[in-house]
Amino acid sequence: MKFGTAIVLLSLFAFAALVAAGFGVDEPFRQHMWILFFAVTGFTAILLRKTEFKPAAPTDPSAYMDGPIRYGAIATVFWGVIGMLVGVVIALQLAYPDLNIEPWFNFGRLRPLHTSGVVFAFGGNALLCTSLYVVQRTCRARLFGGNLAWFVFWGYQLFIVMAATGYLLGITESREYAEPEWYVDLWLTVVWVAYLILFLGTILKRKEPHIYVANWFYLSFIVTIAMLHVINNLSMPASFLGSKSYSAFSGVQDALTQWWYGHNAVGFFLTSGFLGMMYYFVPKQANRPVYSYRLSIIHFWALIFLYIWAGPHHLHYTALPDWAQTLGMVFSIMLWMPSWGGMINGLMTLSGAWDKIRTDPIIRMMVMAIAFYGMSTLEGPVMAIKAVNSLSHYTDWTIGHVHSGALGWVGMISFGAIYYMVPKLWNRERLYSLRLVTWHFWLATLGIVVYAAVMWVSGVMQGLMWRENDEQGFLVYSFAETVAAMHPYYIMRAIGGAMYLSGALIMAWNITMTILGYQREEEPMPGSAPVFRAARSGAKKWA
Amino acid sequence: MSDEHIDEFSGVSMTGHEWDGIRELNNPLPCWWVITFYVTIVWAIGYTIAYPAWPMLTSATKGVLGYSSRNDVRNELAAAEVAKGKYIAAIEAKSISEIAADDALREFAVAAGGAAFKVNCVQCHGSGAQGSAGFPNLNDDDWLWGGNADQIQQTITHGIRFPSDPDTRLSEMPAFGDIITADQIKQVSAYAASLSGQVQDAKLVEPGAKVFAENCVACHGDNAKGNRELGAPDLTDAIWLYGSGETDIAAQVRAPKHGVMPAWIGRLGETKVKELAIYVHSLGGGE
Repeated sequence: MKFGTAIVLLSLFAFAALVAAGFGVDEPFRQHMWILFFAVTGFTAILLRKTEFKPAAPTDPSAYMDGPIRYGAIATVFWGVIGMLVGVVIALQLAYPDLNIEPWFNFGRLRPLHTSGVVFAFGGNALLCTSLYVVQRTCRARLFGGNLAWFVFWGYQLFIVMAATGYLLGITESREYAEPEWYVDLWLTVVWVAYLILFLGTILKRKEPHIYVANWFYLSFIVTIAMLHVINNLSMPASFLGSKSYSAFSGVQDALTQWWYGHNAVGFFLTSGFLGMMYYFVPKQANRPVYSYRLSIIHFWALIFLYIWAGPHHLHYTALPDWAQTLGMVFSIMLWMPSWGGMINGLMTLSGAWDKIRTDPIIRMMVMAIAFYGMSTLEGPVMAIKAVNSLSHYTDWTIGHVHSGALGWVGMISFGAIYYMVPKLWNRERLYSLRLVTWHFWLATLGIVVYAAVMWVSGVMQGLMWRENDEQGFLVYSFAETVAAMHPYYIMRAIGGAMYLSGALIMAWNITMTILGYQREEEPMPGSAPVFRAARSGAKKWA
Repeated sequence: MSDEHIDEFSGVSMTGHEWDGIRELNNPLPCWWVITFYVTIVWAIGYTIAYPAWPMLTSATKGVLGYSSRNDVRNELAAAEVAKGKYIAAIEAKSISEIAADDALREFAVAAGGAAFKVNCVQCHGSGAQGSAGFPNLNDDDWLWGGNADQIQQTITHGIRFPSDPDTRLSEMPAFGDIITADQIKQVSAYAASLSGQVQDAKLVEPGAKVFAENCVACHGDNAKGNRELGAPDLTDAIWLYGSGETDIAAQVRAPKHGVMPAWIGRLGETKVKELAIYVHSLGGGE
């Protein structure tokens, strides 16, 4: 029977959720378990409708398993739009506090929905589907473990739904970027270990002699996130039928664990994982060899060795002992070149294909991503310097820095990978429209520029206002005055974010039409090399 | 690393590996990259020698510069204390009128009071001390309890209607909804509004004046100019704490709201309260 085991296990799971919904000790937990129950029951019902009793057709063990990847590509676009939409909403809430709708849609609950939505739902699905796409093709091996990939995909979506609905219900561990409560954490641990087995198993059965560099990066991302997630979330539930737990750490140890996690979520989720993406999709799209094998080895090991120690720079001038602050700072500085190794290898891979920046909007997107990667990995070490940090910390500057990395690097490289993958996954000759990709590119780029520039100005102003002293040594501004001064920047930031979101909506349309099999009739992209030369010599205008 | 694979475009050899059509050039590490990387490492080693860095079993290396962020804060605070010390001692010792008479001391007290105001007072009185409905504006010359520096000091020290301070300023207008009729409330409100030049229905104002004379003059005075001894507001100056319209006034006559201001002496101490009084006095309405 097709899906037989899955249906039985899911029914038991749904029953357990129902029991928890009935016997939960606090109201949010009971509500959360009802959501879990309906989600799992609905999924089971779908499987029941699709089940068959004839013997399953044998799968071709040499064919790639692309089903979960197709779903992952759709999920990436879907969660991307949702996460960015929530981002625009909370940006507007900061500018216009009346938009806080109690209790479910206030800033405090929507903010983790935005961060988890873009990092773990959008970024996570992008990493999940591209890593499975890349590992099969660069290992010439079908995914390991039969339906394990389906479990990882749907299990991860369940994690996202439980995390997101929990935030709206007010269930939170209050650990930044690790807000889900203990039971959601446990579920993610199960899914993540399955992901590790899936990825490692595929690498082990590879038919290539060497492991491609993209897979090293993906693997470092999967292994490190497992470690970070488990240790940072060590906690004791107040009840096994309740939504509250207490962390294993307290005080400054808690702060350090949290920022060890938080910083390396940036390092291994948003940097290492997406470098893996870059190392496959940039050479493929540019059709050029990777610039330097040696650089890829050196910068990989340097990056993963140095990144893990840089977390304490989030705790400069706090109760954290000086020695730990010093180490956090110097490791951040040493991280500069290893980070830039990825930028060099990405950009220089285009040598011999630079003309494609004019003709191929997908390459243009990838180049912009790498440029923003280089910019934010320089800005990061600079901000980790204690003197700079004393101005920048707790201000909007940090928010601007994160977004130039997240919108510029993570977003753009993911968009590039999605635009590359989707026509191939659905056997389409090309995307629905390349011109829409150009629109997406410009809206996203201008959106980031507006966002980051505004946050620099606002952040530096905020920091300077906080520390402004008069001649007698007294503070000049009240806190409320510094907030009032940021109002115009909050509005501009929302506009930048809305531009970025509208680019993502254009992508969603483009990808949907591509999947449905449409091709927009449009002029080919202008500006291929010979045309350019002809136009410059004035010989003739190309119509 | 085979020489047979040469990239046509760059003339650089390839590693001979290939994955899904992706190959790798054998370019060396860029020289500037290696040098910059080494420089950051050397700098990092130097920095960790100079500053507290390497954890040992029970403590960490102290660094040859002897830097400590806690000592830095202590020293900075101590230096600030020293710089302010003579002023603070003088403010502590002198009465508020003596402080006001000394230019340098007054200037210091205004700055210090302003800083304390931004932390403790803006929540109700606003960043510009402009107040809002129910919270008095401190910039104007309309004072409920008196606007000279001593009176302001008294108000800040003991608060207004603050239950746990026996010396707090206390006044409570009765709820006239229980004492006079609804019509009379309407009339007296129209009269009160007319006092500051608002045009009102003469049919209400005239009987209103009578109601006022019978019920209100005891506190607000014959001429409705108020009484600072009792905290009774001046009704003729067009400045209203709870709204100027006839309806707002009627609501306040019927069942008055009574704001509370905490006594700050326990939290801020006498010196800070003096500074605050001088600051508030300096805002423009001080008497």
